[in-house]
Amino acid sequence: MTQGRDLLEVRGLTKIFGRLKACDGIDLTIEKGEIHALLGENGAGKSTLVKMLFGSLEPNSGEILWKGEPVAVTSPSVARKLGIGMVFQHFSLFEALTAAENILLSLDRRIGVGEIAEKARELSRAYGLPLDPHALVGDLSVGERQRIEIIRCLLQEPELIILDEPTSVLTPQEAEKLFETLERLRSEGKSILYISHRLEEVKRLCDRATVLRHGKVVGHCDPRKETASSLARMMVGNEVQSVVHEPVDVSETREALLEVRGLNRQAATPFSIPLRGVSLVVHAGEVIGIAGVAGNGQGEFFEAVSGEALQAEADVVKLRGKDAGRLDISGRRLLGAAFVPEERLGHGAAPRMRLSENLLLSRFRTDAKAFLAGGRLIRAGTLAETSKRIVKEMDVRKSAEDPEAAALSGGNLQKFIVGRELDRRPSIMVVNQPTWGVDAGAAARIRQALIDLAASGSAVLVISQDLDELFEISDAIAVMHDGKLSAPIPIAEATYEKIGLLMGGADASSPASLGEEVA
Amino acid sequence: MRIELVKRQQRSALFSALSPFIALALTILAGAILFAFLGKNPATALYYYFVDPLLETWSLHELAIKSAPLILIAVGLSICFLSNNWNIGAEGQFIMGAVVGSMLPVMFPEFQYWFVLPLMLVMGIAGGAAYAAIPAFLKVRFNTNEILTSLMLVYVAQLFLDWLVRGPWRNPAGFNFPETVRFHAHAILPEILPASGRAHWGFVFALIAAVALWFILSRTLTGFEVKVMGQSPRAGRFAGFSRPKLIFFAFLLSGGLAGLAGISEVSGAMGQLRPVISPGYGFTAIIVAFLGRLNPLGIVAAGLVLGLTYLGGEAAQISLGVSDKVARVFQGMLLFFVLGCDTLIHYRVRFIGSPAQKPVEEA
Repeated sequence: MTQGRDLLEVRGLTKIFGRLKACDGIDLTIEKGEIHALLGENGAGKSTLVKMLFGSLEPNSGEILWKGEPVAVTSPSVARKLGIGMVFQHFSLFEALTAAENILLSLDRRIGVGEIAEKARELSRAYGLPLDPHALVGDLSVGERQRIEIIRCLLQEPELIILDEPTSVLTPQEAEKLFETLERLRSEGKSILYISHRLEEVKRLCDRATVLRHGKVVGHCDPRKETASSLARMMVGNEVQSVVHEPVDVSETREALLEVRGLNRQAATPFSIPLRGVSLVVHAGEVIGIAGVAGNGQGEFFEAVSGEALQAEADVVKLRGKDAGRLDISGRRLLGAAFVPEERLGHGAAPRMRLSENLLLSRFRTDAKAFLAGGRLIRAGTLAETSKRIVKEMDVRKSAEDPEAAALSGGNLQKFIVGRELDRRPSIMVVNQPTWGVDAGAAARIRQALIDLAASGSAVLVISQDLDELFEISDAIAVMHDGKLSAPIPIAEATYEKIGLLMGGADASSPASLGEEVA
Repeated sequence: MRIELVKRQQRSALFSALSPFIALALTILAGAILFAFLGKNPATALYYYFVDPLLETWSLHELAIKSAPLILIAVGLSICFLSNNWNIGAEGQFIMGAVVGSMLPVMFPEFQYWFVLPLMLVMGIAGGAAYAAIPAFLKVRFNTNEILTSLMLVYVAQLFLDWLVRGPWRNPAGFNFPETVRFHAHAILPEILPASGRAHWGFVFALIAAVALWFILSRTLTGFEVKVMGQSPRAGRFAGFSRPKLIFFAFLLSGGLAGLAGISEVSGAMGQLRPVISPGYGFTAIIVAFLGRLNPLGIVAAGLVLGLTYLGGEAAQISLGVSDKVARVFQGMLLFFVLGCDTLIHYRVRFIGSPAQKPVEEA
């Protein structure tokens, strides 16, 4: 009987937010001892579905069957008691506490720290998750923090483990180790629901896949029998246009537009990363990528380059040959630079302001003549026209004429923010995580726009955790690790292994020797 | 059982607009209950409180007198609150404006020219602004919490005024009453329509300030900066706006307007300094600002409503024999209901039962 093998069955699960059906009649079965992939673009309803399974959201209709019995998962603690564990994409750990203390805090039972540490050590040995239970979380790498979350989850002895985009913060080598752990868990008969949008790893790891699109299940399949492009087609619904990129030879001499020399920055808080002697030159016509695991100083570097944080010496940052280290972000924009930060809502855009007002946000100085009468009075008409032009240029989909930024989906808002800067035709463009959480179609459009900007003679610097993206658009890739930046590796010589090793902290000063080792 | 506030996915635009009216209706309802408990007929009491003061010309003038400082202070506070600067010390800035502006007629009573009054008004603005600069400086320099510093400075100002009128500034010919000399004719803010009542030009200042700030907020880069920095400071920093500059701008502007309200009140309605010159205008203006949705034009309407609670309090004291503290009760209820309505528009209440509802069999 298949009935006996189904650990979890979901029938017609529906969740409605306002007018949006985030999940629309989802059917799904997870068998005992399988790794089941949940595939879908950003906004397809994966997170909503998982939150209902884990009890953080209440479904509007539909039922959840656990081992054939209907259950009401009303809260995460109910889910845990049933035997459902979850490892979230964004960790909830206290950085000032040790790993063991963090685990202790999540348990309903009262146990001593020593006992927890012992158990954690046992689990970490059994599943190949090296971890020192007494280390302060603030000192741990992202990969290690994820291990705490996994061990914390395993301590509850779950039968179903849900992992939400677990590899988005890992180096390729760390991801491979995680896969081995998951395979061991599977061999013990545990089931895993694996959420991802990375097709290659789903093909590598998962037994079955359920694909979501616009809140609906569009198909079940065996990912091993599919190709990456056939899976992508199921996710997106049509063929994604591929990005056209002719890499330029970075060894040719061109005008240096963005120069950073010996940039040091103290850690502003105990848990931010100090920058140590970061140097980088981006020439006209180049796209330079900065790879790195999240939290290795990329955010701090972006703030320093953008002028949100000033440098002590004026010549540490040069824009188009001019010293800019002491200029604020407006001053650097006036020199022709444009910036797109990682966070869209609340950093790149003010959530409760309309698109046309958000246009003013980054351009009130550079376009003062066009947007402001007499330097102070806002010309609403010109703003509305320009914002309409950007919306058209970048194909921003929106529900109202001039909606609030928060009303747009992440991908569409990102298209607007990138378009806002491109519309100025900047000669230097610095982008942090250009397509994080953006659907495939919008991502391709943003990437192509960055390549085209470089082709027109501008310097483009892209900071990203998405290696596929960097390989797609960069002419050379440098790696940031622990506040230090490696020398850029021309794309012709760059491999995933090489970049991955640098991301993991291999000696950044000698990429050449590293290349031989890998080859 | 646990009660949780859950953020609503969508706010109702209709209820957002209706919120102040719902709050007003609930306040009146609660007021009726209050009067009933005091043994008064609620209908008559509410009539004396809210309707009677509106029926005579002279009392409309009184309404303008009471509303003027409320509106002046509240429009300034709206800039503060919109930019996320919690200036709670407008009462102190009101007093310091009055004190600094009164220096001319009190210390130099012989100095009598037509320009004394304009000079007093400017000094009043400067005094209020300078006093508001203290919490602004402390916030910028030491990151202190402006709610605490601005509030504590209120008591300093109150005691300073008390000391002045009982000490160095006491009228030598005033039979030892704690009052200054009466201001001379050139130091008096004139009435708008002397024929019909006492309302002075302070009310006109309030209307001008409200319209000017409405324009600044809705049409200029400064207003944009205020809103961006208040809503998302990080986006404001990305835009290149300076946080310290904006903190000083908000505090100096609101302090200056509170100071103008103070000197207008003293030179218009009182004609001298006394130990207590404000029935809590600076605090009531906080209610006015929120009831007016932090919109300067809305604040004009809200200022008139709150001005009416002062008048009604006096009327109720005379006609019904209840304490004039009833006015403060009404103001408090109004703020409570405004904030309550706003909270329920943004959040919904969820009752959560005890965690073990459904027994779960152990595997």
